[in-house]
Amino acid sequence: MNSLGPGSEVDGFLLGELLHAGSMATIYRLTGPDGPLPLIIKIPRLGPGERAVNVIAFEVCRMVLGALAQSPHYPTLVAFGDVETTPYLVMEYVEGVRLNDWVGRAPIGPEEIARLGSALALALHDLHRQDVVHLDLKPTNVLYRTHGEAVLIDFGLAHHSHYPDLLAEEIRSPVGNWVYMAPEQALGVRCDPRSDLFAFGAILYQLSTGRLPFGNPTTIARLRQRLHRDPVPPRALVAGVPAWLQEIILRCLEVDARDRYASAAEVAFDLANHAQVAITDRGLRERRAGWGRRIRRWARAKRFEPAPCPPPSTRIGPAPIVLVAISPAQADDTLFEALRDAARRLIAADDLCRIACVTAVPLAAALSGERYEDTATGRHIKHLVNLRRWAKPLQLPEERLTYHVLESEKPAGALIDYARMNDVDQILIGAARSASARLFPGVSAQVVAEAPCTVTVVRPRPD
Amino acid sequence: MKLALFADIHSNLEAITACLAHAQSLGADRHAFLGDLVGYGADPVAVLDLIEQHAANGAVVVLGNHDAAAIGRPDDSLNDNAQAAIAWTRDQLGKRQRAFLAGLPLTIRDDNILFVHASAAAPERWTYVTGPAEAQESMTAGNATYIFCGHVHEPKLYYMGAGGRPMPFRPVPGTPIPTGKHRQWLAIVGSAGQPRDRINKACYALADMERSRLTFFRVPYDHSSAAQKIRSAGLPERLARRIERGA
Repeated sequence: MNSLGPGSEVDGFLLGELLHAGSMATIYRLTGPDGPLPLIIKIPRLGPGERAVNVIAFEVCRMVLGALAQSPHYPTLVAFGDVETTPYLVMEYVEGVRLNDWVGRAPIGPEEIARLGSALALALHDLHRQDVVHLDLKPTNVLYRTHGEAVLIDFGLAHHSHYPDLLAEEIRSPVGNWVYMAPEQALGVRCDPRSDLFAFGAILYQLSTGRLPFGNPTTIARLRQRLHRDPVPPRALVAGVPAWLQEIILRCLEVDARDRYASAAEVAFDLANHAQVAITDRGLRERRAGWGRRIRRWARAKRFEPAPCPPPSTRIGPAPIVLVAISPAQADDTLFEALRDAARRLIAADDLCRIACVTAVPLAAALSGERYEDTATGRHIKHLVNLRRWAKPLQLPEERLTYHVLESEKPAGALIDYARMNDVDQILIGAARSASARLFPGVSAQVVAEAPCTVTVVRPRPD
Repeated sequence: MKLALFADIHSNLEAITACLAHAQSLGADRHAFLGDLVGYGADPVAVLDLIEQHAANGAVVVLGNHDAAAIGRPDDSLNDNAQAAIAWTRDQLGKRQRAFLAGLPLTIRDDNILFVHASAAAPERWTYVTGPAEAQESMTAGNATYIFCGHVHEPKLYYMGAGGRPMPFRPVPGTPIPTGKHRQWLAIVGSAGQPRDRINKACYALADMERSRLTFFRVPYDHSSAAQKIRSAGLPERLARRIERGA
């Protein structure tokens, strides 16, 4: 692989101009075969003397790019080679300008930073929504297409929560670019999208001041200084930096991820509507923290616990259970329909939720009448039929519906116990309205007061 | 080869039937049943007959601790409900089913794959692979690129890191995971017949051996009928509730 160069062929692809020779991979333009898109090929540096992370980064890059929905924010993955034999990635060549080109001209004006920044934040948000964290955000990994959309490239160090994290613990020193790295990432956390917001803040800092917020650390001790040492406020370096921009930058650079923006979409919004940014002490700060605060920050950093990663958007949680309490007495059709409407709304909101149709009836007397309907089993079946009649119009698949007849002298208590035993997430219960529903006065009130979950009391609209 | 992997079926005919149909629709051409074919559920004979048919067609089948208990190898680690179900199961099994279970091995090795019910380190001890330490023992002892197992009912994938320490991963159902042959993998495929993660859908996994992709699935099935059969058989109510709720 090391003898490759322009004119060589890899798996049928003809290499052209050398675009980039990095420590992890080499990138060439492709001159053939001809296709609808201009293409590049990325070949990881493997073999004696190369680092193991190169091959892992290749696997990760292929996994993440292959999983991302097609969008202008990422290069399209066209083909890839096997990691064991001929590892390579063939991707769209993105025509555009690297963010790095602006860095060379920094400090640049706030309006231009707002434009570049909000486009980049939107791309990040699109990425984060797919449960991917980039973790190697830097000016050389961002391009802008002609129409202004930001494109993120190089996902070799990314984290995708749907796939095993091959880079976790593989690497002794924190993997990523130390200049832009978030404090929690420096401590090994790789699942927090807000780490990208920190790197984003560091990039905006660089664009607005021409300086790096935390220098260029070469040792882990220096890297970790960002846990307690705050950067010089941008306005102290460049007088023309407006307060709103400093506010946004320093909020992105907060040590604790919970103090940053919750999502990249929020940053994009603030940059696009900067007249409305609420300025706090961050935006007005004129110097770094004084000795007193520095010591406090240092002491805090000693016991710094990174914030827990926010849950992935698609985490498969247990299916919520909704208990619908159905009146045992003669059916009240308007109430039935109102309960059904309420249930339909919950079903529409969560296509996993399960409906438990429950009715609570007094204990059947042991000695019952002679007619079958009056025997204990006969009455039980009658109640079940009643429940099924209620549920049928919902047209739910059978596995999402269950029917239960609870026999108890205390119907409210029975419903509450059932909800507790079965970890019910929500109860729908009809309000006592008609004469029939008033047979058990106060059932809904008691359920509301004592149930271990959310209770919705459903009342039909008066005609 | 598309290898469908089923574990901890536990006499749940509805669940295994749904999983088999799902795997067939995705082109599975080989099957492995990773032990605990019986116990807990109400259809031991039908489930064993079904699996025996697959075995006759080349499916891999290994023994689980419940299977061993059902043919009279006592297992003190089973709780009361499990013991009650085993006692009941024992009465249901005919000569044919007992002979089938008695003939099952603890492990099967096929090229770079090892099939086992629990840990590959002393499989007869039925050690639960509940964390990286147990996974490491199993991966070291198993000495195979892929270890496919069950016993623990929640699906989990362990992959060997460069430091020789396996890393745990909770798979996302339906997402194919690249599982290259240059690493070691241990997959707990999850319970088909008695899921315990509050999701009442059957677990199984499909390994595309050519493309080195492993996909974990959750398959909805008629758990109400399966639960009803458990009640009708007079088995402990808790076992019926468990499959209704998936917990």
